[in-house]
Amino acid sequence: MTRYIEGFRKMDAASHFRTTLAEQGRQLAEQGRSIHLMEVCGSHTMAIARFGIRDFLPAAISLVSGPGCPVCVTDPGYIDAAITLAGQGKIIATFGDMLRVPGSRTSLAEARAAGGRVEVCYSPLTAIELARNHPETEVVFLAVGFETTIAPVVAMLDAVIRQAIDNVSLLTAFKRVPPALSALIADPEIQIDGLLCPAHVSAIIGADAYRPYAEQYGVACVVAGFEPLDILYGLQGLTQQLLENRPHVDNQYGRVVKAEGNRQAQRLMEHYLLPADASWRGLGTIPASGLVLRPEFARFDAVHRHGILPTPGRINPRCQCGEVLKGKIRPAQCPLFGVACHPDKPLGPCMVSSEGSCAADFKYARGGA
Amino acid sequence: MNDCVLLGHGGGGRLSHQLIEQEIVARFGQGPLQTLPDAATLELDSRRICFTTDSFVVHPLEFPGGNIGDLAVHGTVNDLAVSGARPRWLSLGLILEEGLPLATLRRVLDSVQRAAEQCEVAVVTGDTKVVRRGQCDGLYINTSGIGEAIPGFALSLSRVGLGDCILVSGPLGDHGAAVLSAREGFQMQNGPLSDSRPVHRLVQSVADLAADIRFMRDPTRGGLATVLNEMTAGQSYGIRIRARDLPFSPGTNALAEMLGLDLLHVASEGCLVLLCAESVAAAILARWQALPEGVDARAIGRVTDQAGRVILETAIGGQRVVDVPSGELLPRIC
Repeated sequence: MTRYIEGFRKMDAASHFRTTLAEQGRQLAEQGRSIHLMEVCGSHTMAIARFGIRDFLPAAISLVSGPGCPVCVTDPGYIDAAITLAGQGKIIATFGDMLRVPGSRTSLAEARAAGGRVEVCYSPLTAIELARNHPETEVVFLAVGFETTIAPVVAMLDAVIRQAIDNVSLLTAFKRVPPALSALIADPEIQIDGLLCPAHVSAIIGADAYRPYAEQYGVACVVAGFEPLDILYGLQGLTQQLLENRPHVDNQYGRVVKAEGNRQAQRLMEHYLLPADASWRGLGTIPASGLVLRPEFARFDAVHRHGILPTPGRINPRCQCGEVLKGKIRPAQCPLFGVACHPDKPLGPCMVSSEGSCAADFKYARGGA
Repeated sequence: MNDCVLLGHGGGGRLSHQLIEQEIVARFGQGPLQTLPDAATLELDSRRICFTTDSFVVHPLEFPGGNIGDLAVHGTVNDLAVSGARPRWLSLGLILEEGLPLATLRRVLDSVQRAAEQCEVAVVTGDTKVVRRGQCDGLYINTSGIGEAIPGFALSLSRVGLGDCILVSGPLGDHGAAVLSAREGFQMQNGPLSDSRPVHRLVQSVADLAADIRFMRDPTRGGLATVLNEMTAGQSYGIRIRARDLPFSPGTNALAEMLGLDLLHVASEGCLVLLCAESVAAAILARWQALPEGVDARAIGRVTDQAGRVILETAIGGQRVVDVPSGELLPRIC
């Protein structure tokens, strides 16, 4: 497996992209243009930081990070609800990223230290195992994520129902990528010329999902994988589309992503979930940008089952995560960055998740390497 | 004797006596421990000694490549070795949970015995306590160690100079990856194996070059990233390392790729990081590579004039800061 991956991390190929991007930068400068490309997905943000990809970009190409970290866009009220459930003796099953996200007052890590049962999972299926081992209580799975994560969580729910397990529920904060992108593109304050479209989200929704952005808004779109050469190739492709004034959707990640996406996953999601308005931390409420359980499956909805009234929660008023998520500022431009807000004591979610723009910049690019 | 640890094993009565005689004295009773004195009396040749202590609380107790027993020996031996000492004596403090299978305890103690022999250290004093079920996770071990300073080593970051070389003795992150995969029950073919092993021979093999060796550390918790940041914190120099020169085992690499772990943050338990003058780097590497525990030794980078900064040249030729991990290593969401 690692040998396969190494093929996408070759230095000589990367040098070739460095040369090409420099040449494209020269052409842009000749035309008096500078372009803004947005990487939508948190895993792209991480890979860009981890491999030092900003080093490869000429001045005329700027790369901004979008709202593509599911942890970062989750409201503090959601964390509060999870903590309430942990306080009632339920077992909270969650991906690790959620542990340190600040709620209105405290985090799940603190709730765990105070005696709450919070279990970190690598797969949604762990919830089923926990439920079997603890028939005396209920396992609440923190169902946070974009399409990539929604598909396996729904597959887990499908297994729960088929196996007639009744002590598993979901606390959902599912988000859909396309409505958020539409909102960002329509925002006159934000300049986005090209989208580096997410890799695994696209595997579910398909490359065709981005066509409206190219066709109606003239935004260049490239679906790219997460390896550094994938990303460099994607950035080169986006710049080329813009140089030629020919924005379209280019699927460069054909080894995983199909034009129509994963029909089986789409069917499963449609069977269990309905679109609903959703609140994005920092972006506000975006119509139809969430997915919730259909009424006939409400008994698996932790909010419904336990009569919790979800609130947006309280955000630290000085936190600029919203501006970072919209790509309006770089993390270092937030006055809290690295001072009051630090990976050891994060105030905003972008500093918590390893996929968050602030965490990536703090970890890998503080002050520019 | 029952087949698991009982509270009575810690009560100081006949059961305690039996446990100590059969399990401890039988293994470690050749030297000062033979008559179970309250304190070991030791004779030193040297006037300079190094003294260290460490507690071991790993879960699971046994993992691919080792168990808590050899880990408890290697951890303390390695702390002495990287301080420029020849490890001599260990204490062994055991905290046992009621109900621990005696078979597990025996396997662990056998490992302690084997590891101590291999490291040429004697277990000369110890203690055993038993706590109620649920008050500890099977078995905790504390070891303290005394070593005699090897003449010639004058390890100090104040002697570091521009162009000095950073060497590592073997693959990074194997221990942390092996424990993680065992804890989570990942079924991987050719998955990670802990590198739990001593580094004292690596240190002793370069003792005659000690004058040009500035600093040594074993990158345990926090990984190489933490060690490099400790080396540069508040200093007038920085460090630059190259991703293509970092040694990683394939199984460890595969796990890290699947889970999104940065292996620079993951613990090794049998690896040595050494900072030395360029003039001796090749000789040190050659000596290490002649030892089984140093076969994969590499030069990974150099000291630069970028004060306090650790920079990585990435696999594709970009560069980035190498930061310390902030806390638990947590799996990512997608």
